[in-house]
Amino acid sequence: MHKRAAVLAVIHNPFAGKYVADIMPMMEALNPLGVKMAERLVTLLGGDPKAVEGYGKGAIVGAAGELEHGALWHAPGGYSMRKVLGDAKAIVSSTKKVGPVGARLDVPITHINASYVRSHFDAMEVGIADAPRDHEMVVALVMTTGPRIHARAGGLKASEIKGEDGLR
Amino acid sequence: MKAEIRKIVVAVEETRSEMGKRVNPPTRKAVAAAVIKNPFAGRYAEDLEELMAIGEELGGLLGERAVAALGVAPGRIESYGKAAIVGEKGEWEHAAALLHPRLGKPLRAAVEKGAALVPSAKKMGGLGTAIDVPLGHKDAAFVRSHFDAIEIRIPDAPRADEIVVAVAVTDSGRPLPRVGGLQKHEIKGEDGLR
Repeated sequence: MHKRAAVLAVIHNPFAGKYVADIMPMMEALNPLGVKMAERLVTLLGGDPKAVEGYGKGAIVGAAGELEHGALWHAPGGYSMRKVLGDAKAIVSSTKKVGPVGARLDVPITHINASYVRSHFDAMEVGIADAPRDHEMVVALVMTTGPRIHARAGGLKASEIKGEDGLR
Repeated sequence: MKAEIRKIVVAVEETRSEMGKRVNPPTRKAVAAAVIKNPFAGRYAEDLEELMAIGEELGGLLGERAVAALGVAPGRIESYGKAAIVGEKGEWEHAAALLHPRLGKPLRAAVEKGAALVPSAKKMGGLGTAIDVPLGHKDAAFVRSHFDAIEIRIPDAPRADEIVVAVAVTDSGRPLPRVGGLQKHEIKGEDGLR
């Protein structure tokens, strides 16, 4: 059975409404949230990190924010999942946008140890009806337990990967 | 021409200012999308070769259209991405057959080089479904300033027996990037990652 899960958090955007040059400190501040969300995802998918085969991340910045604020999620979102899944090798693909309350986001998904595994290229649409408000951001993490349903587009198979460079 | 194309939509997004601060030069993203007939709508087909061939054709066509919309030389393209929305009589896997086996090679030819993976998204949906096309640096996936996306939505597509296929390119990263990480001038561009 193929399972996919998303965990979203609605957080305050301290930089909304004005240009702030140095936004980097917030990246580190988001680390604990990232880990908590990644652990929650594993629980949702049955509790065994080894069952997770695909992942992705994304952010929706509220109307008073800047697209760049969504980029703060790159390190905490990605590294937390890689850590919780036991040093996953592949880059975590992502999307971001500025949007209104109720905005939807397509979060791309790839294999956790080898980006080129074709059966695991996927995406999941997420969103929250009452977020993000102007001074908020929605941050999202997504995990799956296997390939696309009826995957038959060829390419590199999960059984063939070396899992060294994160690509193949 | 293998694809039966009903329409092509091309859009350019040019950001000149962000949070009251000028973006100079402006950042620019282009997305080109085709609405095609799904040859497998309404039935299960084991062999999706026909869609793979259409994907190859669209990689070149849409890649060239998107680059032309920015009006720059192919070598000036910095990031790219791809996506598909399958109409309700189709199958999720139809998007995969279009996007993954053969679309990348002619797209890379249209942007010159392209050592990195082309990031992608797919979904099923009705008329007016929007999709976020993920964007990543074309030669080094870890360039942090170029992680981005562009949304496209065609009000009258996809119909039940259609598929929307989109290709996006940029000649720049995000406006006012300042979250660190690998910078574009630091890349080697050989392994597709750094």
